[in-house]
Amino acid sequence: MDPQTLIARRVAKELRSGDLVNLGIGIPTLVANYVPADLKVFFQSENGLIGTGPIPEQGLAHPTLTDAGGRPISALPGASTFDSAMSFGLIRGGHVDVTVLGGLQIDAHGHLANWMIPGKMVPGMGGAMDLVSGAKRVIVAMQHAAKGKSKIVAKCTLPLTSVRPVNLVVTDMAVIGFAGGKATLLETAPGVTIGEVMAVTDADLVVPDHVPEMMI
Amino acid sequence: MRTICVEEAIAMIPSGASIMVGGFMGVGTPERLLDELVRQKKTGLSLICNDAAIPGKGVGKLFDTAQVSRLTATHIGLNPTAQQQMLANTIAVDLIPQGTFVERIRAGGCGLGGVLTPTGVGTLVAEGKREIEVDGRSFLLETALRAQFALVHAFLADYLGNLAYALTSRNFNPVMAMAADTVIVTAENIVPVGVIAPDHVITPAPLVDYLITNG
Repeated sequence: MDPQTLIARRVAKELRSGDLVNLGIGIPTLVANYVPADLKVFFQSENGLIGTGPIPEQGLAHPTLTDAGGRPISALPGASTFDSAMSFGLIRGGHVDVTVLGGLQIDAHGHLANWMIPGKMVPGMGGAMDLVSGAKRVIVAMQHAAKGKSKIVAKCTLPLTSVRPVNLVVTDMAVIGFAGGKATLLETAPGVTIGEVMAVTDADLVVPDHVPEMMI
Repeated sequence: MRTICVEEAIAMIPSGASIMVGGFMGVGTPERLLDELVRQKKTGLSLICNDAAIPGKGVGKLFDTAQVSRLTATHIGLNPTAQQQMLANTIAVDLIPQGTFVERIRAGGCGLGGVLTPTGVGTLVAEGKREIEVDGRSFLLETALRAQFALVHAFLADYLGNLAYALTSRNFNPVMAMAADTVIVTAENIVPVGVIAPDHVITPAPLVDYLITNG
């Protein structure tokens, strides 16, 4: 299984029936592919839709039905549409149960940096800051390391997305939680040892006596 | 409300004007008004729009021809032209969180001085802003945002100017229609009064100053 699929499948396990869920761009988008059909999850697209469906069949796309990247999507039965004030009211107001975002860095306290690299990448934060500040649960889905460098660090060197800590990080090597304000190793990926996780993590991790393997 | 042709509408907008433009990555954007802004070469525009779309689409057209001098937006990562102009300092760019962006405009349209939001507290966004504590929680004071002109796109407009929107093309349009001195609207379909039922009107007619004629 490739790393992105592994991460997306593990994140999908976090969703519960009735949840209102916002998925970010990249690996988070893949999560929708692994939600069991009998689980009634509402997906929000922050450009004004609850009930997003898959990419429409050839010839059925409509220019007024798009995701936050401007790409054609479909809407499921029971979908609803609204303006951007409502959309971000849902996000900031704690009505979104789970948001899944990508990350550039997470530090030992669960602080996320995911919106800019000063001098290199300054695209704007879009909805990320509101999502991390306001959603009930924040899950980060990302590769454990990029170009050999750990993305989990003692303290973020990149500008923070929010001072509110995230709840869970799912990588291709591990699941990490932040209960009690400390990064804690909750699970390891299939075939990955605790030692291997520690070796590519640039932050102190609390390691409980029993660390189960990721169930996917 | 007055019906007007697109040339006449854009002629009212001076170079250097502040304009809000509805749309999200070019979806729900009044393309005909933007084409005419390009044709009439209105420059030095102060643009308030969620994003910079992509080159050749929506407000992206205004960056292709370097007609923007100031941009207030939430994300411009998908328009390399706008990015280059920002890095070259030929446009001043204010990037703000999307929820803050829409609430500042909503405040501007609703007679409020601003809003208190938790978004951005303790981050770069908080720099230079007042932080206010309410019931033990910290919020940033974000001030209201208005413009001289709002360029709005609707799915339906009736002869009076009542507006309804389609799916995700609604986005910022109804909020911006409240927050500008002059509101100019294009619509996919112009229909007789009554076709849009009262419960389905999203932007009431008195908010619309000019409706661009179709055909």
